[in-house]
Amino acid sequence: MIEQSYIYGAIGGLIIGLAGAIYLLGNGRIMGASGIIGGLLDGSGRDTARDRVLFIVGLIATPWLALILSGTSSSTNITSDPVVLIPAGLLVGLGARLANGCTSGHGVCGISRLSLRGIAATGFYLVAGGVSVLLFKHILGVI
Amino acid sequence: MRGLISLTSGSLFGLGLLISGMVDTNRVQGWLDIFGDWDPTLAFVLGGAILPMAVAWRIAERRRMPLKGGAFPVRIEQKITADLAVGSMIFGAGWGLAGLCPGPSFAAISFGGWQGILFVVSMAVGMLLTVPAKRLSFWSHRGA
Repeated sequence: MIEQSYIYGAIGGLIIGLAGAIYLLGNGRIMGASGIIGGLLDGSGRDTARDRVLFIVGLIATPWLALILSGTSSSTNITSDPVVLIPAGLLVGLGARLANGCTSGHGVCGISRLSLRGIAATGFYLVAGGVSVLLFKHILGVI
Repeated sequence: MRGLISLTSGSLFGLGLLISGMVDTNRVQGWLDIFGDWDPTLAFVLGGAILPMAVAWRIAERRRMPLKGGAFPVRIEQKITADLAVGSMIFGAGWGLAGLCPGPSFAAISFGGWQGILFVVSMAVGMLLTVPAKRLSFWSHRGA
């Protein structure tokens, strides 16, 4: 049985891929969220700061506008526990920059290029993510 | 024009993340929860996203340069470095813990409440910590 969430997932995925395709063929850059954001933060992307800022403006404003125009709401269902939120954010930020990419750069853009590094990174973070949920949800029961 | 491409790409990225449900931490953690009530949605998202990107890489191979000039990204040496492995595992651990990664955390800023902001601020600090962490990176010197 195909659930509705799979269809929305696939449609949303196609739009994400289209976004990456436009960024690559138009600007010649890999659409990686952690790289675009991180390069602004640490100054390594100063030359392309304008592209990065505009990308982030679209990324934040469009979901906001889409929700207003469609009269719907959305929720992240994220935890309200700062003891979980803060370490999780630190790990995501540190790990993604250390690995030079996250789900968009290594996952979407890397796998589609058949990049060995992208495929390996995806394997590593999927396994670590699975272990993390197993540990913190089922064993420790903190999430 | 470069700016318009960036804005369009960021907008579509945000829209795709919203529609696909990747801004919902329950979906992401459901995908990673292979020992619980497993949710395969993320596979459809990743599969859907890879299709247009794979076509784009094919087109890029046949073209001399991107539309707005410059050059296509060069393929760096395909080596699985310690930074890549350790970084991806650190990233994955945090991704599982909160259910958010960098793209969706930004796409959800307008409706994610203080929790979303706290996550984004912590993530930004983590990104800035990478510079000193790379200088340390004891894992990459081991054995050499």
